[in-house]
Amino acid sequence: MDKIQKKLQTKSKATFQDYFGKGICYLCIGLIILLVTCILYFIASKGLATFTQDKVRVFDFLTKTNWNPGAVDSQGHPDVGALPMIVTSFSVTLLAALLATPFALGVAIFMAEFSSKKGTKVLQPVIELLVGIPSVVYGFIGLSVVVPFIREIFGGTGFGILSGTLVLFVMILPTITSLSVDSLKAVPMFYRQASLALGATRWQTIYKVVLRAAIPGILTAIIFGMARAFGEALAVQMVIGNAALMPKNLISPASTLTSKLTTDIGNTVMGTLPNNALWSLALILLLMSLILNMLVKFIGKRGRF
Amino acid sequence: MKEYNLDDSYITDITEESALSTKDIQVFYGDNHAIFDANLVFPRFKITSLIGASGSGKSTFLRCLNRMNDKIAKVDGKILYRNVDINAPKTNVYEVRKHIGMVFQRPNPFAKSIRDNITFALKNNGVKDKEELNQRLETSLKEAALWDEVKDNLDKSALALSGGQQQRLCIARSIAMRPDILLLDEPASALDPISTSKIEETLKKLSEQYTIIIVTHNLQQASRISDYTAFFHLGHIVEYNKTVKVFTNPKMKATDDYVSGNFG
Amino acid sequence: MNAKKVDKIANVVIYTIVALVVILLLAILGYILFNGVPDISWHFLTSAAQSFSSGGGIRDQLFNSLYLLVLTIIVSLPIGLGAGIYLSEYASDNWFTDLIRTSVEVLSSLPSVVVGLFGYLLFVIKLNLGFSILSGAIALTFFNLPLLTRNIEESLRGVPNLQREAGMSLGLSNWKTTTKIVLPAALPGILTGLILSAGRIFGEAAALIYTAGQSAPTVDYGNWNIFSSTSFLNPMRPAETLAVHIWKVNTESVTPDAHLISSASSAVLIIVILIFNLGARFLGNKLYKKITATK
Repeated sequence: MDKIQKKLQTKSKATFQDYFGKGICYLCIGLIILLVTCILYFIASKGLATFTQDKVRVFDFLTKTNWNPGAVDSQGHPDVGALPMIVTSFSVTLLAALLATPFALGVAIFMAEFSSKKGTKVLQPVIELLVGIPSVVYGFIGLSVVVPFIREIFGGTGFGILSGTLVLFVMILPTITSLSVDSLKAVPMFYRQASLALGATRWQTIYKVVLRAAIPGILTAIIFGMARAFGEALAVQMVIGNAALMPKNLISPASTLTSKLTTDIGNTVMGTLPNNALWSLALILLLMSLILNMLVKFIGKRGRF
Repeated sequence: MKEYNLDDSYITDITEESALSTKDIQVFYGDNHAIFDANLVFPRFKITSLIGASGSGKSTFLRCLNRMNDKIAKVDGKILYRNVDINAPKTNVYEVRKHIGMVFQRPNPFAKSIRDNITFALKNNGVKDKEELNQRLETSLKEAALWDEVKDNLDKSALALSGGQQQRLCIARSIAMRPDILLLDEPASALDPISTSKIEETLKKLSEQYTIIIVTHNLQQASRISDYTAFFHLGHIVEYNKTVKVFTNPKMKATDDYVSGNFG
Repeated sequence: MNAKKVDKIANVVIYTIVALVVILLLAILGYILFNGVPDISWHFLTSAAQSFSSGGGIRDQLFNSLYLLVLTIIVSLPIGLGAGIYLSEYASDNWFTDLIRTSVEVLSSLPSVVVGLFGYLLFVIKLNLGFSILSGAIALTFFNLPLLTRNIEESLRGVPNLQREAGMSLGLSNWKTTTKIVLPAALPGILTGLILSAGRIFGEAAALIYTAGQSAPTVDYGNWNIFSSTSFLNPMRPAETLAVHIWKVNTESVTPDAHLISSASSAVLIIVILIFNLGARFLGNKLYKKITATK
């Protein structure tokens, strides 16, 4: 066997380079999987301790309206009802999405369908910049502009669901807009051409053809926006008032899951019920983000061009 | 499309020294059987053309010869090079590719300087000596007939070259590795006629030192430059013979129709 | 009502919406910049924060933000590269790839406060690192990794397959082809994504409140010994960042000039992020032009 024949049949430096490279990649991937598993495990085990260790009933936790982890109620159960936070979180999220969607769609239609190049060229970077503005800055503006404004008009303290909604509205507007633009642009050109060729006006084409075709993408965009709103902590915490009370109206101080967490977790002692109850709130947050994530996947599977 | 009996074929015996040969090559893309029982012997220091309509499997077959289909398709059968079956799973594909180089349909120089395009793989192969690197750079560029055009701009980005120059750079990049065999997959199909004729001249010259196997859809090109020609149809090799014979006296009806333009 | 009329009305509605949104955006940017910029002074940027009196600056917070940013990138870039390379170059269509993609998606969908709390639980409490820059950098890594991974994967995928085939046909290993040919060609995209993510890291606060902490101890900027507790480089010290500072002075602090500090700090934050955004575009374009040799 000559030298070349031998080389052809034995491993070389290149072979080992590949082993090495693959090893590194698997290491990184493994790290990510481990990390996600750890997060899920730690938050779940901490969050469930309220129910397993402290014997709080899940049903009570989700439906009672009194949050007073230090005390017990008349039947001797710890007084942790998370309903106020859950209701507030869902309220601000849904209201913000409801408010932001028409605006986002309007801008998205403008950018994808009207698309004077100038408009897109100016709007695109501005929207990207808005996505990039830190949430504390939004919170600060909320605190110094929105809250006094609400106080001026409706009275009260100004803190509450309405202020939270308005701040979140601005925060998720760019998210929903840019994802909607992508899904509108993904609608094939010939859909529009076919519709216009049949004598439809531009609006008829947009409304009856393009928007319908882009519905899965737009839904995904809205869900991403809601996920951002639901998980947002500081901006909301700064304007919502942070009172763990059942919201009576849109302008009374309330507390979301995230705001309760950021306010209290540093003031409780690890392993005690007040602390565990907060981890249960974190678990709800985690589950909610998983559910929204699955929803996005589900929509993605059903609606493809 | 006309129907031909695909089980019938004419494969001539090669009496010259063989550089590479295939035995019962089958290629599958998933469930799709793309190449059927390909048996060919490629003579040394000759140019062999693989011709056929698009989808006939000629490119697929070519890419098997240096294992470029590894990730894309399943390839069964034997490919013999220096009496080693290089299609065996434990064969070192990196060594195979060093000896059997490839040039692709579209020029694909690296986004590096002209010099680095040639020397990059060499350096990775342990050629460290500056003198030798320069030497190889010059020789391979000369062999690919590109030296005179680029010798003053060796450190310019390769992407600034014209399409034809880029393709010759790719040829130079391959031969800088001093392979035995050069595989070319329609190397001139994306180029203008002048660049094409330059590439053809280059290949003619190279065939003095290298065994060349070229896929082409251009029949004139095949007849101009190659010594042997294989005609592919629907994954079968229908005819393999000296180029002159394939074009002037084809043995098979399908070949006759194809080279005379009555095909399909 | 006929179709033409509806079309006209729709036009008016859309233009109105766009105008409203643009005004809103300009108002936000304008508010921050007009309120904040006049208060930014050399003194503000270079003096320490004051807890009970006015006139405090943001020197330490600004440095902490930058230091955390650098550490976070040092930790997350290699992992993101490895994972991105795996997903674009090695991953085949199977359950394992699905698992990875799902993991990355889950990680990216987690609220940053949850990521922060996890970091708090694991690093601050269980591993006993305390509130420290290191804990903060790791928490920010978790927060940054999914986006970075996806960005790297997409940039690598954008490199034409022909480049990989060229490398392979020369007998180079997949690893060499990826790192020496594909990766450099993908660099403009990766760099742009990296700088944009740097902007996100710079402004993040929720993940840091309980990991890097809410206090900025006085440090000695002349002490280069990273193990010394007074060194500005010591990764084990707590470090309040600029974004956390804004949150803190607005919610818990008793500083009399809280409003001034927040508006000036917000302006600084926005300006830095603006620079990152523009820088990303500029550098990405420039590198792209250099690589493709277009003028």
